[in-house]
Amino acid sequence: MSADSIIETRELVRDFRKTRAVDRMTFSVEPGEAVGYIGANGAGKSTTIKMLTGILKPTSGHVRTCGLDPMRRRVEVARRLGVVFGQRSQLWWDLPLRDSFTILGAIHRMDDGSTRARTDLLVEQLEMGPQLGTPVRSLSLGQRMRAEIAAALLHSPELLILDEPTIGLDVLSKQRLREFLVAERHEQGTTLLLTTHDMGDIERLCDRVLVVDHGRLAFDGTLTGLAGTVGAQRILVLDLAGPTPDLCDVPGATLVQSESDGLRQRLSFDSAATTVAAVLAHVSSRHEVRDLTIEEPDIEDVVRRIYAASGRD
Amino acid sequence: MADESLSERLRPYRVLLASRARAQMQYRASFVTDILGTVGVGLAEFAEVWVIFHNVDVLGGLDFTAALLVFALSNLAFSLADMFVGHLDQLPRFIRAGQVDAFYVRPLPLLAQLMTSDLSLRRVGRLAVALVALTVALVTAPIAWSAATVALIVLTVVSGTAIFSALFTAAGGLQFFLVDGSEFTNAFTYGGSYAAQQSQQVFPGPLRIFWTFVAPTAFVAYIPAVAVLGLPGDRLAPHWLAWCTPLAALLAWAIAGLCWRLGTRHYQGAGG
Repeated sequence: MSADSIIETRELVRDFRKTRAVDRMTFSVEPGEAVGYIGANGAGKSTTIKMLTGILKPTSGHVRTCGLDPMRRRVEVARRLGVVFGQRSQLWWDLPLRDSFTILGAIHRMDDGSTRARTDLLVEQLEMGPQLGTPVRSLSLGQRMRAEIAAALLHSPELLILDEPTIGLDVLSKQRLREFLVAERHEQGTTLLLTTHDMGDIERLCDRVLVVDHGRLAFDGTLTGLAGTVGAQRILVLDLAGPTPDLCDVPGATLVQSESDGLRQRLSFDSAATTVAAVLAHVSSRHEVRDLTIEEPDIEDVVRRIYAASGRD
Repeated sequence: MADESLSERLRPYRVLLASRARAQMQYRASFVTDILGTVGVGLAEFAEVWVIFHNVDVLGGLDFTAALLVFALSNLAFSLADMFVGHLDQLPRFIRAGQVDAFYVRPLPLLAQLMTSDLSLRRVGRLAVALVALTVALVTAPIAWSAATVALIVLTVVSGTAIFSALFTAAGGLQFFLVDGSEFTNAFTYGGSYAAQQSQQVFPGPLRIFWTFVAPTAFVAYIPAVAVLGLPGDRLAPHWLAWCTPLAALLAWAIAGLCWRLGTRHYQGAGG
């Protein structure tokens, strides 16, 4: 735990009446890290985020965000922080999108020139130009979520906290959002803390995962480590043109199941070891592939396995 | 940062309020109907005074002109407060929409953000009725005009608006922990507005004490009006007390500040 951690909690506790929502949570996040914060519903994720952002007072324990006490120095923390609550909008729904950026610029005391320059940059990267004149209430969910993230990044915060940013988005919107976040982090070095139910978000965005269970930290490590602990693997389902012998010799992939004389075969693979493209190239060089789907590991399932592995539940 | 000008410090609020005004102008037809509606509310309030004095000449020591002055002062203060901060007592709506959480992660004080999150321009309707009533009352009432009376009237309007704003703020603070508490807090805000436009002498003693010293709406109109008109008024409220209206506003704000602090300490965020 270094002195300049961007997030630091020690023995953090929050009780609601008789239930303990967060139980002696200790972790720290260093500048530039991208951390996935996962757990079942009600495991304590949102409560932790509320304590990190100064919304909720801890029952006991220690919390520092950007080196500051978020309860006592909320305003200073807010200057250095960007937050997106996936299911709640922070934009002005009854005004054109452009106005939300102008207002937020004023709130963060940016001058007109830098507000405009930063807005232009984010709008270009997120391809939101055509929507600038649209009232926020008329945006699609995917457009609104991109706008929320642009709004949270307007003042170039050191730390970006995203609470379920991809919930309800279609595959393409998710993809664009993730690509943008990867690029943004690459350019600005923004620290990222992300809660999600989507394993894809974690795989593409995070280099470290925290798993929370009943308010306690059940796992803290790399994604590869998580996959190693629970065997969280993706499954490639291949529909082949004709009956095919079992695909046992694909590097990095293991046959899980073969149906109808090998017309449909299911291969599990570890994203850390190989890619869909490599597996597919290997198979299609020998057999004709008609169709494919990818089954992502279910995050609830991953969490359940962690609980099992840690001898709880 | 330390020596930035006041105007620069207030810029975020100016931009926020301007955006609220712009949003209301986007629906011009509904804006106009809303204004007509609030004119109607103002007229209905006035009708009550009219009906009473159509039947009796004097009520609670006030004749029609004096009652009109009390009505005008209280409605003016209430509609001004209602326009600027009347939405504070709808705090649960803001909480459910997740807006309060959004306020927490912006670098401005919470109360200031909540106050500037809405500006109910439609309430100019009621304000206009109050202004007309005030003009008529000031012209027709037998007032011994002096610099002091003018100062007292201006002081009353400013302090009265502050008193009602404090009541709305207290109502907001209490609603952090009263679930659906608006019925309760309405007793102080709208109830206070109703009490303010009556002669205090129509109330029994305990209520008079309440509206004078706890939720000090008697200071909004009745006490200053009696002083301006040189009427005998209430035993509890001698004429010099009219000059204490700013103190009453301070008292109201102290209570409001306390309620607000209690409320924000109690806040737990909007759901999962």
